Amino acid sequence: MTESTEETGRHAGIPGVDTDVAEAAAAERDIAVKVGDDLVEVKNLTMKFGGLLALDNISFTIKRGEILGLIGPNGAGKTTCFNAMTGVYKPTGGQVLLEGRVLNGVKQHKITRAGLARTFQNIRLFGEMTALENVVVGLDARHKTSVIGALLRLPRHIREEKSSIERGMALLEFVGIADQAATLSRHLPYGSQRRLEIARALATDPKVLCLDEPAAGFNPAEKEELMQLIRTIRDDGYTVLLIEHDMKLVMGVTDRIVVLEFGKKIADDVPSVIREDPKVVSAYLGEPEDDFA
Amino acid sequence: MSMVDGPTPLHTAKGDQAAENREAVGTPPGSSAAAVRRGWFGGLGEKWQALPRQKQWAFLIIVVILAYLLPIINPPLISTEPGNDFALACQTMAVWALVAVGLNIVIGYAGLLDLGYIAFFAVGSYVTAMLTSSDSTFLKIPYLWTIPVAMAVTMFFGVLLGVPTLRLRGDYLAIVTLGFGEIVRILATIIPAMKGQVGFQNVGHPPGTDASGVPIFANSNGTPWYWLTLTILIIVLLLAGNLERSRVGRNWIAIREDEDAAETMGVPTFKYKVWAFAIGAGVGGLSGALMSGQVGFVNNQKFDVVTSVLFVAAVVLGGAGNKVGAILGGALVAYIPLRFTAIADYKYLIFGLALVLIMIYRAHGLLAARQQLLAYGRNAYAAVRAGADAKAAKTKAEPGTEAAS
Repeated sequence: MTESTEETGRHAGIPGVDTDVAEAAAAERDIAVKVGDDLVEVKNLTMKFGGLLALDNISFTIKRGEILGLIGPNGAGKTTCFNAMTGVYKPTGGQVLLEGRVLNGVKQHKITRAGLARTFQNIRLFGEMTALENVVVGLDARHKTSVIGALLRLPRHIREEKSSIERGMALLEFVGIADQAATLSRHLPYGSQRRLEIARALATDPKVLCLDEPAAGFNPAEKEELMQLIRTIRDDGYTVLLIEHDMKLVMGVTDRIVVLEFGKKIADDVPSVIREDPKVVSAYLGEPEDDFA
Repeated sequence: MSMVDGPTPLHTAKGDQAAENREAVGTPPGSSAAAVRRGWFGGLGEKWQALPRQKQWAFLIIVVILAYLLPIINPPLISTEPGNDFALACQTMAVWALVAVGLNIVIGYAGLLDLGYIAFFAVGSYVTAMLTSSDSTFLKIPYLWTIPVAMAVTMFFGVLLGVPTLRLRGDYLAIVTLGFGEIVRILATIIPAMKGQVGFQNVGHPPGTDASGVPIFANSNGTPWYWLTLTILIIVLLLAGNLERSRVGRNWIAIREDEDAAETMGVPTFKYKVWAFAIGAGVGGLSGALMSGQVGFVNNQKFDVVTSVLFVAAVVLGGAGNKVGAILGGALVAYIPLRFTAIADYKYLIFGLALVLIMIYRAHGLLAARQQLLAYGRNAYAAVRAGADAKAAKTKAEPGTEAAS
């Protein structure tokens, strides 16, 4: 918790950012590695669907405290890679390690509790729940109330319920939709739904936050706001893995970029190098003159 | 037939007009646009939530007192007499309401379509009968003790059914549970100790006799049985409410809404589905024990598939996911054939028609109030709804509460 005072200080000047969030969300986060060390290691990840080789021997690392971009043309295997990492798919070969712990074969909800949270490309909120309740489901990942505890309203249940309202509202405020906390999530406007997905994932108190095309369907102004939000999330001490199509967003916000094409990794470097890499340019960007910067 | 994402209500000119009228009448501030289009009682849930806590309690106490007095008042138009004894009818309604509340946990909350719920009802009935009836060769224990035993045994059966089958989803699960319901009935027929159609007579009842030495809980004396069942129903409702407004309820609803997303958000979906089955089964067993005690006779004839489907119909009719709706649905399904004895033979036709009509005009059931999932959400929502002023005040107040916790 030595970090929290520092974090509070760091955000004091950023408008619209709830400085309590860093503390509220980081309260129980206990990360073993130092800033800049490898937090997630993907080693020789291979994924086959029948005869289709969707991921071919992919290896990369995510360093603690960075924003890593994962890009590639349509069908390159970005989301497959995501799904294999977060336990939706069982990888055919290779390993995913979080802080040195192997995640292969671990149940999805345990991977989430280990600290790998994600959002979905096609929004998958709990439609009949309010925005606040959606976030609280995420918070519940860290809660320990049992069925008996809830049935008899034991002290821990009451404590967790009370704190989850505060933390849930703080998270909603953090992503900027606190005024819609009482709205059913399926009635939220599209942009708010995307933000709510991020808030719900943040609520699970992740070490790595994986965002699957969070800007899909956004206009340029909304994308700008989202970039700001992603940076703030990183500044709060989260590590971010970002899958994105929009080059401007990726180049503007990431520290490092991994490029996939046809299930193979073709580049892994800082944005300025990726931008000049002829392989990437030919595979993904087409004409070098494209205004992606 | 999915409870999860039922068909959206059809937009008829009449329905739209009704929605507009409701909007014109005015809904309480902050009620979401969603609630407005929910049908005849659309604004009711919102209005109820907007009431202060004290008023809600006062209203509930009046309702509870009226419910207890129901067999004594015996209201003329509502009464099922002369065809059926009204106190016994009340007991039947209360048992059905209890069944619906239990099944609502499985169908309404966790979104698991269980067509074999009758199996748990049967297990509860048989446990009570075999432990109290004079026809049984098992050890005998007092009737009231059989209630927790029946619940424990049915919960065990719930887990037994749940663990292998809850990996299935939707229609597949429905088919398997349907089969389970039949298995229990057939076992009751072929296992000699369960006596098939001969059944068990003289099932026990709670102790106590009146001045003339007649047992208070006699088979034909509906009122005490009704009061017992109603009391248990109220306790079950309170406990179900506790579960609903907790991590457990939220996890169930999350599973119902999107099982994969729930798993990804750290919900151990399988464990919570088994819990839903077990708790639902326990309530089913409880209602079975109460029913067999009052009727005093258990055999394999009343645990058929059709009754099981009627249980589901009761939940869907009342409004899946809403426990008050479930009570209403359960009570109605039990009441209609008792009240209108002339049409009792056509009850399946009538319920079938009613269900079709409800699916068309009111896809969320008679009472479609949304469940509350946060134990302490009222104030937070009130603050949000109060608008910008309250919000500013709240952000000021928040650091204080943060420090206090």
